[in-house]
Amino acid sequence: MLTGHQTWVFNNKPVIISTGTVGGPFEANGNIPNDFDLLHDDMWLKQDSFEKAQQTLMEEACQTAVKKSSIEKEQVQFFISGDLINQITPTSFAAKTIGIPYFGLFNACATSMESLALSAMIINAKGANYILSGTSSHNAAAEKQFRYPTEYGGQKPPTAQWTVTGAGCALVAQDGQGPKITSATIGKIIDMGITDPFNMGGAMAPAAVHTIETHFKERNIDPSYYDLIITGDLGHIGREISLDLLKKRGLSIQENQYVDCGLTIYREGQPVLAGASGPACSAVVTYGHFLNRMKKGDLHRILVVATGALHSPLSIQQNDPIPCIAHAVSIESGSDV
Amino acid sequence: MADKKKKNAPPDAQEYQAFQQQREVQRPIVKNCIKAFFVGGFICFIGQIISTFYIYFFHFTEQTVGNPTVATLIFITMLFTGFGFYDRIGQFAGAGSAVPVTGFGNAVISAAIEHRTEGFILGVGTNMFKLAGPVIVYGVFSAFVVALIKTILIQWGGL
Amino acid sequence: MMIFFWAFVVGGAICVIGQLLLDVLKLNPGQTLTILVVSGAILDGFGLYEPLIDFAGAGATVPITSFGNSLVHGAMAEAETHGLVGVVTGMFEVTSAGISAAIIFGVIGALIFKPKG
Repeated sequence: MLTGHQTWVFNNKPVIISTGTVGGPFEANGNIPNDFDLLHDDMWLKQDSFEKAQQTLMEEACQTAVKKSSIEKEQVQFFISGDLINQITPTSFAAKTIGIPYFGLFNACATSMESLALSAMIINAKGANYILSGTSSHNAAAEKQFRYPTEYGGQKPPTAQWTVTGAGCALVAQDGQGPKITSATIGKIIDMGITDPFNMGGAMAPAAVHTIETHFKERNIDPSYYDLIITGDLGHIGREISLDLLKKRGLSIQENQYVDCGLTIYREGQPVLAGASGPACSAVVTYGHFLNRMKKGDLHRILVVATGALHSPLSIQQNDPIPCIAHAVSIESGSDV
Repeated sequence: MADKKKKNAPPDAQEYQAFQQQREVQRPIVKNCIKAFFVGGFICFIGQIISTFYIYFFHFTEQTVGNPTVATLIFITMLFTGFGFYDRIGQFAGAGSAVPVTGFGNAVISAAIEHRTEGFILGVGTNMFKLAGPVIVYGVFSAFVVALIKTILIQWGGL
Repeated sequence: MMIFFWAFVVGGAICVIGQLLLDVLKLNPGQTLTILVVSGAILDGFGLYEPLIDFAGAGATVPITSFGNSLVHGAMAEAETHGLVGVVTGMFEVTSAGISAAIIFGVIGALIFKPKG
């Protein structure tokens, strides 16, 4: 229930009973290919546009999550999801295929944890028995929307990030086997006046810091409570800046306790510059990699802080700064709670 | 404009921007310039070979050979763009592959290929010049101003 | 045969100017290319671009600056015979190759290729 000003503590402990993660060829070649349920070797997924390929990614992630659980699709009450592309087109078309009541969200790369927090809240309040919560992104579709045509030979600076092609989906339930969602802190927009869309890590770091700091203050716990604090897609630059800022604010977070999904998904040597980004980044790495590690027992409590840069092609052209947001959700392994 | 905005920003934002700038990975300017020099120089060198070829075998003159050279280079660019190499060259070479006319060709062709999924009229047709458009617009307008001034000076100024 | 050498050096140098505009002034590619085209037009206004072409050949005709130069050239050639009206009508007389080639190969490219992503 509401604790402090912007934190929910979920007394009924909603459970993630299954997850579905899908990736593209670049992810298959990355650092954690074994944590994906499904990998594609074609950017187009046999569709005739990148946007439709992204829709397919989302559909497959949802279908996989349902298939891995013991329930039927018809038992799911809501689908809560969003993405980056033109008025969340791929998600809405995926929702048409999935055919269950649907909430469409937009929080850029923070959509993953926004949808998980809302799902947990609805489940906690017994507003539903099962909710599919997820998000997707597609590298080429995002490039086309936010930057240049994919075949255009523009040079990206070393601060740029690589959008993940993939989709991650969690099936949240009242009870069952699996990791439990214990709390969520909803962030507010932080704008430090950064205008460079090729430096999203630097723009989003203050939002992550603000949400993390608020989470610990309002839950009245210490960073050592968590095995890992996982940020969404800050990349090299954003991770280091935010860690320094957190230390400056007096939070004692260990270097190896603070990891970033954008630095986990790809190998050294892949041309991703400052790291990965995109809504699917935090979704696939959390629902795939980190929940798998939790099931194996090497993680017990994690705090996932998905960060989002809420700019649009229009706001960048009009020289506006990048408004940023971060949402934190804590997930704890079933046996501990 | 940007400076004015910076001055109006709250103090914590100004402080953060300074801090952020310090921590930002700087662009390797010298290395980028060297790469741009060699790739850009190489493209012009190829252009010179093509020009020489046209002069010797098709009897173009030094003055007229520019047109077929440019057209040939843009044809080669289409192949490089279509097979997905030009964006990789661009990431390596920066302005080295953007400033030669091949970069203009790549801007047009990549936009045309990218938007084919929206159809050939509204997709390819309307979006083809979305990157290269400004070059034509301001090239033409500045050429108009320059030629206008020069013509006036010649006709009435007795230049 | 020195022209091959100078084509390389001059062409490379113009690209370095472009790279400095991109990296030091942090302009985007569109702004950079626009500045270079306008510079080409202005240089030709002072009669400086033609000597560069004689000296460096493709080193001066291949970079996008030559686009501005040939636009001015077309306009001036027509202006000599038709006066001020010629400035408007003669504009594309010399440069048509670059634009028409880009349009033709753009459409052909869109017909035969899919973006690789």
